[in-house]
Amino acid sequence: MSNFKSLAFIAATAALLSACSTPVKVAETPVVERAPEKVVAPVDTRQVQPVTTASVDPLDDPKGVLANRSIYFDFDKYVVREADTPVVQNHAAYLVKTPSRKILIQGNTDERGGAEYNLALGQKRAEAVRKSMAALGVPEGQMEAVSLGKEKPKAQGSNEAAWAENRRADIVY
Amino acid sequence: MMTMKKMSYVVLCASLMLGAAGAQAQLRVEITGIGSNQIPVAVASFVNESAAPQSLSGIIKADLARSGVFKLIDADAPVSETAPVSYEQWKSRGADALAAGTVQSMADGRLDVRYKLFDTIKGAQISSMNNAAAPQFNRLLAHKIADDIYEKLTGVKGAFATRIAYVTQSGREYRLEVADADGEGIQVALRSNEPIISPAWSPDGTKVAYVSFEKKKPIVYVQNLVTRQRTIVSNEKGSNSAPSWSPDGSRLAVALSRDGHTQVYTVNADGSGLRRVSNSSGIDTEPQFSADGQSIYFTSDRSGGPQIYRMSVSGGEAKRVTFGGSYNISPRISSDGKTLAYISRRDGNFQLYALDLASGQELRLSDTANDESPSFSPNGKYIMYATESGRRKSLAVVSVDGRVKQRLTTQAGNIKEPTWGPFMK
Repeated sequence: MSNFKSLAFIAATAALLSACSTPVKVAETPVVERAPEKVVAPVDTRQVQPVTTASVDPLDDPKGVLANRSIYFDFDKYVVREADTPVVQNHAAYLVKTPSRKILIQGNTDERGGAEYNLALGQKRAEAVRKSMAALGVPEGQMEAVSLGKEKPKAQGSNEAAWAENRRADIVY
Repeated sequence: MMTMKKMSYVVLCASLMLGAAGAQAQLRVEITGIGSNQIPVAVASFVNESAAPQSLSGIIKADLARSGVFKLIDADAPVSETAPVSYEQWKSRGADALAAGTVQSMADGRLDVRYKLFDTIKGAQISSMNNAAAPQFNRLLAHKIADDIYEKLTGVKGAFATRIAYVTQSGREYRLEVADADGEGIQVALRSNEPIISPAWSPDGTKVAYVSFEKKKPIVYVQNLVTRQRTIVSNEKGSNSAPSWSPDGSRLAVALSRDGHTQVYTVNADGSGLRRVSNSSGIDTEPQFSADGQSIYFTSDRSGGPQIYRMSVSGGEAKRVTFGGSYNISPRISSDGKTLAYISRRDGNFQLYALDLASGQELRLSDTANDESPSFSPNGKYIMYATESGRRKSLAVVSVDGRVKQRLTTQAGNIKEPTWGPFMK
């Protein structure tokens, strides 16, 4: 059996040698392949090897509260609506707990009016979200409020439904 | 204010293209209105003009016709600028002036173009030009002759040899393009998968400042059109936008949100020396230097809706300039400092207006509904702006008196954010 294994090892090394032109990688690979053999053959069968599962970042949970990253605004309004405060609170709580994470808050407007003035209006929406988050304890260093104005409409079309969808700030990690 | 970012580098990536644009959607120019007092002028075919890649007289005539200021009198046969002019004959045909010329191929491949302009009423030559240039400058030579005719007959410098820059959007691709003022000779200056807005020509015509969203947020760049060198002029925390040049080209005014809301700042063209100029609690944006460089016109919502104000370039108190209507944005000032062009919302329509700053007289210049981004021709006689044609964005040109109108469209996609370049040497 051990003969077979070393034969397989030689074959694998040969295959690697022919596949890879850098000798450095070839030298490293066998070490990695052999390492598990030592671990999976414990001498003491009563010895328990602990396993820890990787903790799931709540940000990666598609059904979690952090999956909702949009805050909507009324026409010509630049304050976070009551209905959207949970979105701000959830992300604020996560950011306070996770200082390594940084966000971009992108403000948007509907298509009506000038590009630059809308950029400034989108900024007002992003700033409103930023201030709400700061009030909930999120450090300024973790947030940047910016505007896309009317340049990146999520909803196409020139109707009230599309305009309402585009009066929005998005949290981008 | 001490965080000046001076990142100057040459971008080598393939997304930045300069030079021949390849297969481009051509701009189509449509004249939809003409001036009231048209000067009758005859432009004869140039002798031997088939030696040039395009008909010089044809380009000259198209320029003059588009200006709306001239009535073109038929001149069937070529006329040499050296032949004796039968003034009476041209006068009887109704021409107040005659342009004639000759093209000659030179041994080195260049074209020698000679032109003369005659006043048929006075019976005298009033101008002449001799130019030798490589065939690729043929259009430019024709535009320069058209400029000369325009200037000699109207007393105002012609702007046919100037260029325009604008943004096209087709699918996901945004392009900053440069073209001759007649929409010909398109060259791509920047390609991006993210929006580009607010291009502004430097006063010397070699650079364009603009806002690019390529880094998920608006950042102000200056791009040298000749060398491809791109400089980040402002990448402060928050949004960076609305660049405009000081008349001497040394500084730019920009709108930044670094202090928590959009305010007007000035910065050196290399990104150093950032200084806050406006100081309000609301929005101050779209700064534009006055012709003398001493003041800045800008849009502010300090009175509620957006209105146009003027302040000193060093800041301080601002004076309100617009009063008609509740939404006035995008101020642009003519080179003589006398006229303000802007977009006003009236009855739900966003339309181009001009304000005579001395009299306060306001004139509506368009009858469209979604106008944006006005830009004066360098001679102050025309305003180019973005509008809509059907559901597509197109460009339009109108004379400052509102009489002459043109529309520029592409075959596909949107065209917007025009900026008219300066006179060039």
